[in-house]
Amino acid sequence: MSILVDKKTRVLCQGITGSAGQFHTKACLEYGTQVVAGVTPGKGGQEILGVPVFDTVEEAVRQTGADATMIFVPAPFTADAILEALDAGLKLIVAITEGVPVLDMVPVYHEVRRRQARLIGPNCPGVITPGACKIGIMPGYIHQPGRVGIISRSGTLTYEAVWQTTQLGLGQSTCIGLGGDPIVGTSFVDLLELFDQDEQTEAVLLIGEIGGTAEEEAAAYIQERFRKPVAAFIAGRTAPPGKRMGHAGAIISGGKGTAAEKIAALEQAGIEVAQTPADMGAAVKRAIQKRR
Amino acid sequence: MKIHEYQAKELFRQAGIRVPRGIVASTPVEASEAFRQLGQPLAVVKAQIHAGGRGKGTVAHNPAQRGVQLVRNPEEAFQVASALLGHPLVTVQTGPEGKTVQRVLVEEGCRIDRELYLGIVVDRAAALPVFMASTEGGVEIEKVAAESPEKIFKEHFDPSRGLQPFQVRKLCRKLGLAGTSAKAAHSFFTNLCRFFVQHDCSLVEINPLVVDGDGQLLALDAKVNFDDNAAFRHPEWQQLRDLSEEEPAEVRASQAGLSYVKLNGNIGCLVNGAGLAMATMDIIKYYGGEPANFLDVGGGANTQQVTEAFRILLADANVRAVLVNIFGGIMKCTTIAEALLEAYRTVGFNVPLVVRLEGTEVEQGRRILGEAGVNIITASDLADAAQKVVQAAGLGR
Repeated sequence: MSILVDKKTRVLCQGITGSAGQFHTKACLEYGTQVVAGVTPGKGGQEILGVPVFDTVEEAVRQTGADATMIFVPAPFTADAILEALDAGLKLIVAITEGVPVLDMVPVYHEVRRRQARLIGPNCPGVITPGACKIGIMPGYIHQPGRVGIISRSGTLTYEAVWQTTQLGLGQSTCIGLGGDPIVGTSFVDLLELFDQDEQTEAVLLIGEIGGTAEEEAAAYIQERFRKPVAAFIAGRTAPPGKRMGHAGAIISGGKGTAAEKIAALEQAGIEVAQTPADMGAAVKRAIQKRR
Repeated sequence: MKIHEYQAKELFRQAGIRVPRGIVASTPVEASEAFRQLGQPLAVVKAQIHAGGRGKGTVAHNPAQRGVQLVRNPEEAFQVASALLGHPLVTVQTGPEGKTVQRVLVEEGCRIDRELYLGIVVDRAAALPVFMASTEGGVEIEKVAAESPEKIFKEHFDPSRGLQPFQVRKLCRKLGLAGTSAKAAHSFFTNLCRFFVQHDCSLVEINPLVVDGDGQLLALDAKVNFDDNAAFRHPEWQQLRDLSEEEPAEVRASQAGLSYVKLNGNIGCLVNGAGLAMATMDIIKYYGGEPANFLDVGGGANTQQVTEAFRILLADANVRAVLVNIFGGIMKCTTIAEALLEAYRTVGFNVPLVVRLEGTEVEQGRRILGEAGVNIITASDLADAAQKVVQAAGLGR
């Protein structure tokens, strides 16, 4: 088992004819993902990498039975692309695009909830169930099927964590990058609920960063009702206030959202917090051993 | 993106949000002329820099001169403007070196009955913009938020519908605004919310919002930040941007499509990905070093961009060692290796360089560096890299 995606997931790519869409569709196909359709308005009827291209998502879903989408369209059109996917009835939407205006995401966020769909991102690396399905831009080979669920606000820092758990022989059940923007579709808590139900997942690793209160909410949830071992790392201990650290969401403002506050909340909830980014895999191991 | 107070007030004026009459001046003569034009017995001269705390801030080497000062005649306006223009103003937000004042805003005085606070930001947890108001205007709002959060009143609003009349009524009750002031609040508050949405703001703040002698509302200060991600639909922002307020290396980096933030340490970092870049800074600090910068070269950068990144790093005179930490995903290790060699040829490395490569095309990347025979310290993993660079910085020039 795993969460969100598996061998049966039929994936559609919005923006498949763009350079990023095409490059990563190829990598996903090579990994073994079933990419069944692509959508680019005005380019319907073509075929790319053996995948049929449609003008609209509705058409693509009707003809191929796609049940998930990954979005690579440029930032000005991303909100519209997500709404189109919702309109076509898709329940899993992975938005890779970075640079989406925050106010574009406000109505989209609420529409996703209203339709009881799931949006991962935007500005995220995607989701992968190792050995089964990769939807996104992460390098496939660093993963290994296994027992750790990974949820992260970052991209390459997730790869670092994945690599460490692979090196330690723990492997991963499913890895999700939530995205680095102030408003993203899915929270740590949303996915913890799923990992709690998943038999394959033995422990969870959370990778947070400065800004917002998502990590504090996760800590409160874990303390109250999450039953599996949890380890965490928070990036940005050394970040100065008021400076945006690359991600639009990674900013300490008004004295809120510091790494120290987040680490304190996590430790108080009994979570094993990695002291450095080199210690993430080992922290998962310690969390598992503590529980035995 | 930040803009100046005088620019924010001009935008407010266009949006029907009341502000005092004011004239911006960039020379002392213009300031005294502005005083005459306003034709009032009293005016305020306000330094225009991208930082808060100007009222309490002082001019470097002239601590008697504050960033905001009352003046009573054209000569005083001239004198205050002379003391501010061209000099660095140091506030709690500028750092010890301060920011050079290039313009002052000369504004008419007004009678102040009450000082309130207004602010709008996006509340991440609710995924909605939130309108905040407080009776504690004119003071540091962070302090109010920490010490007496019950004095800050919040109303979320849907961007497409704006703040609703009943929400304004609720706020007026809590703020103690009645009669003329309550009537004024309806258009003031709803216009401000519409402004936030139309201009793609990430922050709008009025501190203080003044109730004047006639019970009318007036924005005595104005702070407006824009959401950088929305720049594509706001070509007018180009004219509002003041590059002289930004760190030159950060401007240079953003022109090359890189995300760079200058810090005060001596270990330069070049990393792909924002989260990993922050984590790399953290681990350098953990092993006793101090990062000189945050630098995310991103995923799609080409050899030229990465070479430019090396140039920016090496131009920082504080840098005593450089750490390259790459976990290739979209970014290929070969791109980094080629850029590194290009920087070696064109810029030259006068400080030790520690390189840690992992991920896409790592073997080829390592081979390129190995065969070039350049003098670099290689590291096997993140902890090893951080320890080596901290040690190298200690042994540097």
